[in-house]
Amino acid sequence: MQIKKRAAAVALLTAATVVLTGCASGSTTSGGDAAACEPSEGKVDLTFTTWIPGMEDVAAVWNEENPDVQVKVQTGPNGNGGTYQNFFNQLKAGNAPDLGQIEYDALPNFRVQDGLMDLAACEGVLDAKADFVDWTWGQVNFGEEDAVYAVPQDAGPMAMFYRADLFAANNIAIPTTWEEFAVAAEAVRATGGYITNFSQSDINQFAGFVWQAGGSWFENDGENWTIDLASPESVKVADYWQDLIDRDLVSTNPPWTDEWNNAYNTGSNWTWNSAAWGANSIASGAPDTSGNWSVALSPQWAAGDNAAGNWGGSSTAVFKGSKHPYEAAQFALWLNTSDEALTMLNKSANLYPAAKSGLELPALKEGVEFYGGQAIYDVFAEASDHVSPDFIWGPTMTQVYNDTSDGFKGAVTGNGTLTDALTSAQQSTIDALEAQSIPVNK
Amino acid sequence: MSTLTPTVPAKPARGLRSTEGKAPRAQRESPFARVSAMIVMGVFTLYFLVPIWWLLVAASKNRSQFNSTNPLWFADFSLFENMGNLIAYRDGVYLKWMLNSAVYAGGGALVGTIIAGMCGYALAKYNFPGRELIFNVVLGGVLVPATALALPLFLIFSQISLTNTFWSVFLPSLVSPFGVYLARIYASASVPDELIEAARLDGAGELRTFFTVSVRMMVPALVTVFLFQFVAIWNNFFLPLIMLRDETLFPVTLGLYAWNSQVNQIPVLRDYVLIGALLSIIPLIIIFLLLQRFWRNGLSAGSVK
Repeated sequence: MQIKKRAAAVALLTAATVVLTGCASGSTTSGGDAAACEPSEGKVDLTFTTWIPGMEDVAAVWNEENPDVQVKVQTGPNGNGGTYQNFFNQLKAGNAPDLGQIEYDALPNFRVQDGLMDLAACEGVLDAKADFVDWTWGQVNFGEEDAVYAVPQDAGPMAMFYRADLFAANNIAIPTTWEEFAVAAEAVRATGGYITNFSQSDINQFAGFVWQAGGSWFENDGENWTIDLASPESVKVADYWQDLIDRDLVSTNPPWTDEWNNAYNTGSNWTWNSAAWGANSIASGAPDTSGNWSVALSPQWAAGDNAAGNWGGSSTAVFKGSKHPYEAAQFALWLNTSDEALTMLNKSANLYPAAKSGLELPALKEGVEFYGGQAIYDVFAEASDHVSPDFIWGPTMTQVYNDTSDGFKGAVTGNGTLTDALTSAQQSTIDALEAQSIPVNK
Repeated sequence: MSTLTPTVPAKPARGLRSTEGKAPRAQRESPFARVSAMIVMGVFTLYFLVPIWWLLVAASKNRSQFNSTNPLWFADFSLFENMGNLIAYRDGVYLKWMLNSAVYAGGGALVGTIIAGMCGYALAKYNFPGRELIFNVVLGGVLVPATALALPLFLIFSQISLTNTFWSVFLPSLVSPFGVYLARIYASASVPDELIEAARLDGAGELRTFFTVSVRMMVPALVTVFLFQFVAIWNNFFLPLIMLRDETLFPVTLGLYAWNSQVNQIPVLRDYVLIGALLSIIPLIIIFLLLQRFWRNGLSAGSVK
């Protein structure tokens, strides 16, 4: 009953969204709610739900400077841990917070369910485009020129963490292309180690590889979704890793487990292709290897390229129903562009900013002891510049992750292949969208 | 612990069997059945105790040893240092969560027990039309899992703007259909009508009769209800997850869950989750040890009726 009702509501909302976006792209009239974004009279209280620790200290700085716009921080588990479901419940009950943290891969879900306020009409928001790393803006406007559904907060440009000491001691060159990576994998295997671990359940990481290869998993033409989980780029990446798995050149420990940490800590795994925020994960998971790591740009598909993928990152969105979109937008801009806020967020939660100016923070210019004093964030800043703006997330990412990861788990144990997993996830994703009455191209 | 007690009489039984020779199967267990039962129970005891042992060991390690040393044996013992760090983290928010849990669980269980006791007593001792209907409706409530009610409760509390308040978690915790059931069964068996009659003749009002006479006879059942409620509220995670946004209102379960969901990106939280989980079971252990005998009496009283 509940589910049916929900599906019906979603269908209705989707239909409404389609009509709205149809209008916006078809003619020059402004799209729906974007028209009204005026400052409110008097003192304004905003609520902001986020799971970033230390956010209340950042808000306190804003509250000090803006006595008329007071932000109250609320918290909870991370998005998929329950906060997204809470947002949907609150939107249904009509008491959603003014602002909320939403990861890029979850934004389309909120967009499809019509939970996001279009901030384009709010002062300074469209102009802020230039302040952010290009591709992050594509994540929050879904390719619509005159719309902005959230303000980018942090990003996870990917690079390669590697054991500089082991590569040097064994006279193996640091791979700069995926081809060299596979060759190096053989050499590493000959020493008894593994060049890296293929993560069966970090589908975001795999998406980052596809992203780097120039693929995208979804597309939306304003009406219909096209699903491309098994696109040529995607299959190319899958075949590449399948080959490494088949030849036992990569380990297949489940990620974020003791086993996985231990493989890095004992030096049996040599590299990790991961995001900027991963720097702390290694430092904490493999403390005995301090000083032996370095970071280089990810291996490339064609020699001389400099493409990078992205893994993770979130945005600050204003929810439908907020009575003070103007003030909320101003806070979101300040939070994600001011050096003061970005420095605090980097310190308390290790956030890697999406704002261009944020990449120049002093904290991100320093050498990091764990990485032998290398200024690793310079590498990530360069990677960040070369992340493609064309990768688009779908509206049912949780389902996509689950289905793909089920297939990947089979593939690493010799049950089917990674490509099979993508093909079957492709079909189940189409089914999932149709079940929610979201229009989809078959 | 108590699961082990039935195995104690094993020795005398074995002695008896050897003197009597062949005994009817129905009365004497074969040594094989006895041993296999012991093994099964032993395995289950291990199964339940090993995770707690692991937690204790893991909580006593510092972060670098956590991944690199034997997970089931101690390395450098830094349990108290870890505790200090946990309590100092974010101005002692963990202590606040423990206090919240104690208030939700202690207060909720206390008030809930009084309500359930009065309700069960009334259903047992007063004759009024619709009595069985009410009782059956309450019994039906036992069948509905609390998790299924969380979302409807959220929508109702949203209507009256009580979400994200102390009351949004406390009020739903006061209701215990099972407690009403147990209190009714127990009251009808253990509180004699004659006694209530006598109290009335002595001029006591109904309320006074209940609190001074009947409650004393219902104590084992009430303690059981209290324990059930206390544990249920302490472990209730889904309702606070849906209702609460304000960190200072979180119970310890939700707080630890929120931390645990960020371990990948903020690795220091893993230490706090481990030590926090260990500390959070201590109140449950204490309350169980204190009230254990009442708990067992009450349970069996309910089960044979």
